[in-house]
Amino acid sequence: MANNKQIYDKGKVVAGLVIFVFIVLSPFLYNLGKAAPAPELKLTDKAKAAKECVLPKEEMKAGHMQLLDLWREKVVREASRVYVNTEGKEFAMSLSNTCLDCHSNKADFCDRCHNYASVSPYCWDCHIDNPKEISDAK
Amino acid sequence: MADDLAKPDELLSGIGHKPPKTGWMDTPVNIRKGMYCYASNPKSVDYLGLPNARQWNPMEEDWKLPENWKQILHEGFRERLDRFRSFKVFMDICVRCGACADKCHFFIGTGDPKNMPVLRAELLRSIYRNDFTLAGKLLGKVAGAREMTFDVLKEWWYYLFQCTECRRCSVFCPYGIDTAEITIMGRELLNLIGLNIDWIATPVANCYRTGNHLGIQPHAFKDMLDFFVEDVEDITGVNVEPQYNKKGADILFITPSGDVFADPGTYTCMGYLILFHYLKEKYGFDITWSTYASEGGNFGFFTSHETMKRLNSKMYAEAKRLGVKWILGGECGHMWRVINQYMDTMNGPADFMEVPVSPITGTKFENASGTKMVHIAEFTADLIKHGKLELDPSRNDNLKVTYHDSCNPSRGMGMLDEPRYVIQNACNHFYEMPANTIRENTFCCGSGAGLNAGEDMELRMTGGLPRANAVKYVHEKHGVNMLSCVCAVDRAALPALMEYWVPEVDVVGMTELVGNALILPGEKERETDLRGEPLPGMEEEE
Amino acid sequence: MNSKYMFSLAAVIVLFLLAYIGVAGIGLYGFFGIFIPYAAAFIFAVGVVYRVVDWAQSPVPFRIPSTCGQQKSLPWIKPASFDNPACNGTVLIRMILEIVLFRSLFRNMRFHFNKGNKFSYEWEKWLWLGALAFHWAFFVVVIRHLRFFTEPVPVCIQWLESLDSFFRLEFFADFVQVGLPGVFISGIVLLAAVIYLLLRRMLIPQVNYVSLAADYFPLFLIIAIAVSGIMMRYFTKVDIVGIKEFTMGLVTFHPKIPEGVGSVFYIHIFFVSVLLAYFPFSKLMHLAGIFMSPTRNLANNSRVKRHVNPWNYPVKVHTYEEYEDDFREKMIEAGLPVEKELTTNGG
Repeated sequence: MANNKQIYDKGKVVAGLVIFVFIVLSPFLYNLGKAAPAPELKLTDKAKAAKECVLPKEEMKAGHMQLLDLWREKVVREASRVYVNTEGKEFAMSLSNTCLDCHSNKADFCDRCHNYASVSPYCWDCHIDNPKEISDAK
Repeated sequence: MADDLAKPDELLSGIGHKPPKTGWMDTPVNIRKGMYCYASNPKSVDYLGLPNARQWNPMEEDWKLPENWKQILHEGFRERLDRFRSFKVFMDICVRCGACADKCHFFIGTGDPKNMPVLRAELLRSIYRNDFTLAGKLLGKVAGAREMTFDVLKEWWYYLFQCTECRRCSVFCPYGIDTAEITIMGRELLNLIGLNIDWIATPVANCYRTGNHLGIQPHAFKDMLDFFVEDVEDITGVNVEPQYNKKGADILFITPSGDVFADPGTYTCMGYLILFHYLKEKYGFDITWSTYASEGGNFGFFTSHETMKRLNSKMYAEAKRLGVKWILGGECGHMWRVINQYMDTMNGPADFMEVPVSPITGTKFENASGTKMVHIAEFTADLIKHGKLELDPSRNDNLKVTYHDSCNPSRGMGMLDEPRYVIQNACNHFYEMPANTIRENTFCCGSGAGLNAGEDMELRMTGGLPRANAVKYVHEKHGVNMLSCVCAVDRAALPALMEYWVPEVDVVGMTELVGNALILPGEKERETDLRGEPLPGMEEEE
Repeated sequence: MNSKYMFSLAAVIVLFLLAYIGVAGIGLYGFFGIFIPYAAAFIFAVGVVYRVVDWAQSPVPFRIPSTCGQQKSLPWIKPASFDNPACNGTVLIRMILEIVLFRSLFRNMRFHFNKGNKFSYEWEKWLWLGALAFHWAFFVVVIRHLRFFTEPVPVCIQWLESLDSFFRLEFFADFVQVGLPGVFISGIVLLAAVIYLLLRRMLIPQVNYVSLAADYFPLFLIIAIAVSGIMMRYFTKVDIVGIKEFTMGLVTFHPKIPEGVGSVFYIHIFFVSVLLAYFPFSKLMHLAGIFMSPTRNLANNSRVKRHVNPWNYPVKVHTYEEYEDDFREKMIEAGLPVEKELTTNGG
């Protein structure tokens, strides 16, 4: 038997390996030459002025969806509408009227991160984009 | 039947499938009488020029191995890894899911966990990991690796000769890992240091010298067929004298020598003679037998690839010498795996022959256009389909027939419907065994791959138990009394199996049924079948 | 207690402690966040290619498909084209069925030894179902994670995500809150299936008996991966944008350690890294091996087309001439034709 090794069924094996390597490298290739920094959020003047959100910024970043879930539960199921945060400050538990009151720029605030992380929350199925219009209509 | 074999009920009650408390690596092998075949006769090993011919006994402590046997095995292992991708991949990818475990007839019949296909393979894999893989070298036993020792060698020998290479496990394996392939490699390795069994080595030596496993010399071969010719003449009144070693014949016929030698294969052999004579009389069919290539089977297959090739070479050599157009092959199991999957690669190309065409029906056997070798079931099925055979199936009316798919034609070829078609045209009462036990799911006779000896009767009876059990089922349900098959090893092995488990059932070859049903031109009124048993309706006159 | 799975469980616990102490204790963020993932990805890719090339350097000398159905022979006999493929096209279908649907495993049945010495072969598709669920769920989980490695996230991945979270499983109580973010069914199926596979390995005596430590290790590791992932998503909460910034840094070769991401995240990627690095050296290579299995990927056509063995070598045979020399006299006596007559030979 020959000592120098060779690849048998070369065509099929190499084709398979090329596909494998391509799949492994695909995330690298896909982003080739892109910087893709984390999105910068724009704060509205009102939000800037308020300085603090319902909870500290870090907690809001990771857990805002759970806070909203809690709010929905309280309002819809328990008819309780006031939220008191750790510092004793009171908020109306309302996505449209509290959150979106400050963060009225959904496209530059909510959507940026949601799009970046590929998250499509169903909040917007009901809560329409511009909270101001709701307030005006009242 | 061996005298000290337990009664069926005792044997059955002794089967348990619960694994022992000690892990398999820590459970030493116990070579038990009745479960192994005698060591090979040194004369046979020597005649073939295989290594380490000597008298030895597996029950003794000294196996008279060459001093460097570990090195020989290690190098042999490496060589086979380099030559067979199958071996390498199968050593690496098993996940031990256990799907194969209860698919092996030897595990079902013995309950010995090392008869689970996965563990049989692990016997080799553990050494492979130790010798050839990084993980095995670093982690040892944790990675499932262990060093080669004499105890491991004994285990190899014992369990590699408790596998019939039937491939049933490979059907169920999600990666197609084929224990037959692993057993083949393992047996090759064992042969490198002279560890074979006599039931394989001596037939191989015989076949090498005389052309057939039984060592029948040319004149005796003719004598034996002459004897069948006489018998057939007694029964039918027709002389069915065949042709031998005839140059320029259209077709060469090769079948296992077992059918020339022992009942009930001999009746199948008479069937061949009747069929060929019928075709000669009616259609001028010109076929010759050969005394040189007088063996269809190939026990070399159970020794090593090289030995398989050495024996198989005679088929093409003889076809070339005689100048035939193509070869017709008789009923045999492993013979057909060799022809289908190895022959052309090993000893081809067969470009000196023509693409087989049935001279009677004009059917071109496209599926054999490369090897130029057609199975008698394919050939006969084609004849029947074209209405070329005058059959009286009622002559088989005292038989209630079921059909045993041999392992190799099923899982190494896929010849499932051709023999069924022939059998169902040759007899009126046919019943299938349960679906889980036939076709690609078929159970081995328990005696294949060279294990059909007398001294390993307990192994054979336990290994054949799943097959026998399915026969028993149709025997009880439909009154089946005849187990048909297309394999000479089956015809040698199944009668003992039936006698032990289902004594009411006998064994028959496909072509025997055809021989009974076929109405020869000018025949007298037959009173008996080929076995001398009265035909249906003839009993009173006896 | 079975030492094999205790060993593997212990190994996974040690890995956990390594990552936890390394990150939370010593603060080796760069090591666990950047070096290890890169090294693991490299070992995985190069290792798999190396192993496949190694396999491919051994030829397939014989055509040995396991035929699991009727061959193609006479035109009026219906062949089982996919279980006994006669050409490369049907081999391809056989392979797809095998790889995508685990067809061979679907054949599984369980042997049962009944009272009265009767055997039965019972319906048993749980292994098939468990294996299929496990592999498909794992596949979906991997694809889903590409959202962390692509920007913008391709639409197909977004579709997969919405499909995966199609069932809005929501549960709210004081002690636990599930549903936001939306529950991915694949993660749950993965965890359930891997636990099933582990339990059957432990509890079915035969499977337990054949299992090695190397069989338990990947199961425990995958459980650890799934649990740490599920923890982050639904319970401990992590800054997802910070994580994506980090993963994007990895794939654009500007790695940067994110701020304020808890140690669970590092443990998660450490487990994944270990799995990747372990892959090429283990039975997990069955992923590539299934493509290379000669009993599945070849057509049963060796009676039609010659299969060539590259190392086919001449062997010693017993030729007809030698045979006739051995038996000439007896052959002539029996009236069998011979090539050479006795007189010309014996003089």
